[in-house]
Amino acid sequence: MSSIKHPELSDIFNKDEERVNWHDDTLWWIRAKRDKAAHGISEWELLRETASQIKNNVLSNLHNYLIEFEEKAQKNGIKVHWAANAEEHNKIVLSLLQGKGINQMVKSKSMLTEECHLNEYLESNGIDVIDSDLGERIVQLAKEPPSHIVLPCIHKKKEEIGQLFHEHLGTEAGISDPQVLTETARIHLRKTFLTRRSALTGVNFAVAETGEFVVCTNEGNADMGAHLADIHIACMGIEKLIPKKKHLSVFLRLLTRSATGQPITTYSSHFKKPRKGQEMHIVLVDNGRSVQLGREDFRNSLKCIRCGACMNTCPVYRRSGGHSYHNAIAGPIGAILAPNLDMKEYADLPFASTLCGSCTNVCPVKIDIHDQLYKWRQVIVKEGYTSSAKTVAMKVMDFTLSSPTRFKLAGKIGRWTLKHAPFTVNNRLNLWFKNREMPEAPEESFSEWYKRNNSI
Amino acid sequence: MSRATILSAILSNQPQTTQLPEDLQFDCPAKAAVTEKFIQMINLIGGRVVEIQRIEDINLYATAHYGAGERLITPIEELDFYTQFAGDEDPHQFENIAFAVFKTHFAVAENGAVWITEDRMGARVLPFICQHLGMLVFEDSIVSNMHEAYQLIGSQDYGFGTFIAGPSKTADIEQSLVLGAHGARSIIIFLLKKEL
Ligand code: SF4
Repeated sequence: MSSIKHPELSDIFNKDEERVNWHDDTLWWIRAKRDKAAHGISEWELLRETASQIKNNVLSNLHNYLIEFEEKAQKNGIKVHWAANAEEHNKIVLSLLQGKGINQMVKSKSMLTEECHLNEYLESNGIDVIDSDLGERIVQLAKEPPSHIVLPCIHKKKEEIGQLFHEHLGTEAGISDPQVLTETARIHLRKTFLTRRSALTGVNFAVAETGEFVVCTNEGNADMGAHLADIHIACMGIEKLIPKKKHLSVFLRLLTRSATGQPITTYSSHFKKPRKGQEMHIVLVDNGRSVQLGREDFRNSLKCIRCGACMNTCPVYRRSGGHSYHNAIAGPIGAILAPNLDMKEYADLPFASTLCGSCTNVCPVKIDIHDQLYKWRQVIVKEGYTSSAKTVAMKVMDFTLSSPTRFKLAGKIGRWTLKHAPFTVNNRLNLWFKNREMPEAPEESFSEWYKRNNSI
Repeated sequence: MSRATILSAILSNQPQTTQLPEDLQFDCPAKAAVTEKFIQMINLIGGRVVEIQRIEDINLYATAHYGAGERLITPIEELDFYTQFAGDEDPHQFENIAFAVFKTHFAVAENGAVWITEDRMGARVLPFICQHLGMLVFEDSIVSNMHEAYQLIGSQDYGFGTFIAGPSKTADIEQSLVLGAHGARSIIIFLLKKEL
């Protein structure tokens, strides 16, 4: 497969300019809500620093935390499984279902299962899977992957969703009122929850000290699935561990404020023991994480709590859409995680960035996202995957120049890039540098600019 | 076996051990301010606060809002619609609950969340499957932030526990906020005022 997909895919997205502007504005609005929530807490920076240090500690002691977690979870009556890769993960889930003679499952949001392509696998093995998060159900009906880790159908207009519901759920043609559509989904999915004997959920945090895991949703779909099912399977990447229960306070304060600007999700459910008569399983998945842990320059990416803030703030993501990243996790963090799994296939992604640093500034666990993107570029060039790099670097500049307001923002960002990351501009790969006059470096520093623009 | 492979890869790849940070602690605001903040947050996240003087006042609310044909349920013994739970009920039988009320351990002012564990739910699914949800909160149990919340939870043992903040909601369709996704459509906080 060619690895210059990002520009091609974003070209498709950019055909409809009005839609791109709408997508851009919507995500910026969410970013603004995040700012408001963050500024509402005077200790915000202290929280970020604390979260970052906890996660650093997790990565430095992951081996022992995993063993501790396994032991405690087993004591609590949970069965623990280990999967080295996506294939093993999928097989474990399938065998658990087959062991109970189950051929229908309801699933709440789990980016890990997207990463492992679990739905396709189960379906090809005769298991019917229904996604219960509304956004995920919508993209599932549309036969598309989610385009955002927190907001799976952020790229879809309500009229399109109305049409999908008309075709699949029997609503009247032409209905696009979010209230009516949500009510339709509520009724449809209630039936699903009540008839499924198995439920799969993701995991936001797993506590080594106690062997419990926490699942956060606004809709209540994870709980509806899990508490009605005979068997609850929770799938998690091994990096989701935290050492102690009290550390949840830090992460629950940061997660949703960073994601959507809410103070906390509606439900933060702590699963510790199976319900009487129920089976509870946890699948611990590596799938490249232990390799990433060994890459000094990139291991910090494993601190990610999947809040999506880096996507909402990214000028490239906002104007290219999640699908242009052709990976389960889009945006800046996706562009760091994907090349670890397949450097050739995802060689384009670290170049789908202006390196403006906005992602790093909003990240609640202080991942040096833009530095890592910059470092991936060097690795990718060294490994010889440059043809894609060239095209993408140019294309990134193309979007930012395609609308006057974007140009204003990008111009400022470009100046910062020129000063602080000369590799990206002063390099033969950057055709933008070759063909266009460079803007003059400004007096105002990036941090000043950031501060001023951040306080809207 | 993959367990051994994964663990040994991690052991050889993990960096040198770093220290855990200090626990965070912040000054507690005055109790009155904490209550006020909590009420304000509940309103912000789409809930409603009803102040009561005695637990039994919830009965009045229930009869005023629900008809004879509607199924109400609560594990709170003081209430007229109290139901005894054995703990192994089939969760599917709660499909048609209109209104359910629970006693919380405490509430959190900074985000409007209440903490409740399985032993106070009757059945795990109940606070989620009921159409409308009521939560009894004792005013003096409100803490200001999540750090205090986890201090209170401490090493409390439970099979299942949850923070619930507001009614279930979604904004997946063009970011329009709709209350009543899959869980309760509304939440009433019955705030039991301190004795004067
Ligand atoms: S990298 Fe940081 S900002 Fe991006 S999703 Fe992960 S935690 Fe959130």
